[in-house]
Amino acid sequence: MKRRTFTKLTAGLSFAATMLGSTAMAQDDMRIALVVKALGIGFFEAAAEGAEEAAAELGGVEIIYTGPTDTTAEGQIEVINSLIAQGVDAIAVSANDTDALVPTLQRAMQRGITVISWDSGVAEEGRQVHLNPSSNALIGNMIIKLAADHLPDGGDVAVLSATTTSTNQNIWIDEMNAVMDNYPGINVVATVYGDDLADKSYREATGLMQSYPDLDAIIAPTSVGIVAAAQAVVDAGKVGEVNVTGLGLPSEMAGAIESGASQSFAIWNPIDLGYSAAMIAHALASGAATAEPGAKISIGRVGSITLDENTSAAMADPFVYDASNIDQFKSIF
Amino acid sequence: MLNRFITSREALLIGAIILLLALISSRFPAFVAPSNLANVFNDTSPLVLLAIGQMIVILTKCIDLSVAANLALTGMVVSMVNVAAPGLPIAFILLIAVGLGTLLGMFNGLLVWKLAIPPIVVTLGTMTIFRGIIFVISDGKWVNSHEMSDAFKAFPRTDILGLPVLGWIAVVAVIGFTVLMTRTTLGRAFYAAGGNPHAATYAGIDVGKTQFWAFTISGALAGLTGYLWVSRFAVSYVDIAGGFELDVVAACVIGGVSIMGGIGTVAGALLGALFLGIIKNALPVVDISPFWQLAISGGAIIIAVALNAQANREKGRIILKRAEHAS
Repeated sequence: MKRRTFTKLTAGLSFAATMLGSTAMAQDDMRIALVVKALGIGFFEAAAEGAEEAAAELGGVEIIYTGPTDTTAEGQIEVINSLIAQGVDAIAVSANDTDALVPTLQRAMQRGITVISWDSGVAEEGRQVHLNPSSNALIGNMIIKLAADHLPDGGDVAVLSATTTSTNQNIWIDEMNAVMDNYPGINVVATVYGDDLADKSYREATGLMQSYPDLDAIIAPTSVGIVAAAQAVVDAGKVGEVNVTGLGLPSEMAGAIESGASQSFAIWNPIDLGYSAAMIAHALASGAATAEPGAKISIGRVGSITLDENTSAAMADPFVYDASNIDQFKSIF
Repeated sequence: MLNRFITSREALLIGAIILLLALISSRFPAFVAPSNLANVFNDTSPLVLLAIGQMIVILTKCIDLSVAANLALTGMVVSMVNVAAPGLPIAFILLIAVGLGTLLGMFNGLLVWKLAIPPIVVTLGTMTIFRGIIFVISDGKWVNSHEMSDAFKAFPRTDILGLPVLGWIAVVAVIGFTVLMTRTTLGRAFYAAGGNPHAATYAGIDVGKTQFWAFTISGALAGLTGYLWVSRFAVSYVDIAGGFELDVVAACVIGGVSIMGGIGTVAGALLGALFLGIIKNALPVVDISPFWQLAISGGAIIIAVALNAQANREKGRIILKRAEHAS
């Protein structure tokens, strides 16, 4: 069992013992509540599917998939209050508000309930661990890797970003530039900005193909840009010559994969995210791991995470979507 | 006749466009290849269509800020109709687009005509309402390219004599509206209603009703463009064409349409739109820092407006000078 590898965490043992005692008294399956932003959203339904998968793998775990009917913090507070009353063992929440849930979640923790946040985080004092889908460094590396994987002999790529002042995109592009040395032969010839407008992104992508006739790939780390660039490539008749890649949603990119304008793109995998959240909640609630900076927690088939000084962690590389799995995910999110 | 043309705003714009093209071709020669110019015209067609509608509205001393929202709402409706009934012929889609756009335009027109609310307030309101309705009917979701039928996406792309249908629609609209504005009673009524509303009333023109028809035409064109837009970019969501109404107004102003009403031509709106369209298409290829692009677009608009004001001011000065001499 994986749990054996954590025996070195002696500091947490006494805590773990009390936790094990309390669950043993309940004589029941461990109950982990997956609280989502709102019910009926494909992304979260998929996360619940992943959590169920983790439960089946762990054994003796019951997943309670719940959430409000609309994306409000008030709705989530009600749901969490009822979970506290039910005496669940762990709550894993994707929060509608960073701060509003803190008092309620603190009450849950006082009752011995393990609380983690995932996807959309809660302020540090309101949870034990936060799980990010990925990290800026992993995303920056992934977007260039996606382009490089289809260019074994190297080639020219261009970046189509959102606006010149988009914080996320700028960080990702900086992280991408930081790892360029690992991709010899790949040249970033230009960075252009489509302002997250379909028409401007389309025009910028068309301009790139005109300015750089030998362009091999367009990397668009923005969902509007990647879709517009794919359409521009189709309209320019350059499918097969210019590969559009970056970050996008499967439902929005299904057409681009189908037409061949995009070989592959990446974004978080909600199934893995739900799976990992359930794994972490189980590890903490069962005492196999403790929530402290530097702790390493195994998340089954996805690998393992290491908590940083804010006890938050990045799950994994963004998940790659291509022709082989797009049909499965395009109806999810 | 020739002399009058040379000193006209249209001739000035044609000169400016040729100069602009020469400048661009010195940095990127492939830009002026006929096939690329056809692409630029095609890309600018939505702006041309909306600018014609906007020009008519501005002629009557009004302004329509809801055109982009109308476009987005109509685009969302037709794409949702297409998802629900993929087999529906494109003729019906066009009918729905123009029909819905017309209704939305009439709504603006009625508020301006019957309730006499200032047009800028009416259309600011309906702009927000239309965007809100898109969110309600779509639930904030996108309609994506793989959900749209092939025929739906193919129509504006169909190539006829080297120019896609989208471009031809703009050509037909320019010709049709030139005839309407210069050869019909309604067309002349637009000029009269904006040029001198009191005189127009004495001449038997119902100014409010004329404004209503101006909004209706603008709405119909926005609706038509709505379908063409979502089909061209193969995506439909709440924010499509966000802020595009300002480009449309800018195209009119550059084209010499007086914001005070009564002055403007279809050719001017066309040339104003083309001027903006060429800049938009050229900036990505002439390798200018994105930080400068916005400043350059803005600068071009200011220069055009300054020319407008200058042209109008000169007239006044001459009259004053003559008056001075006479005294």
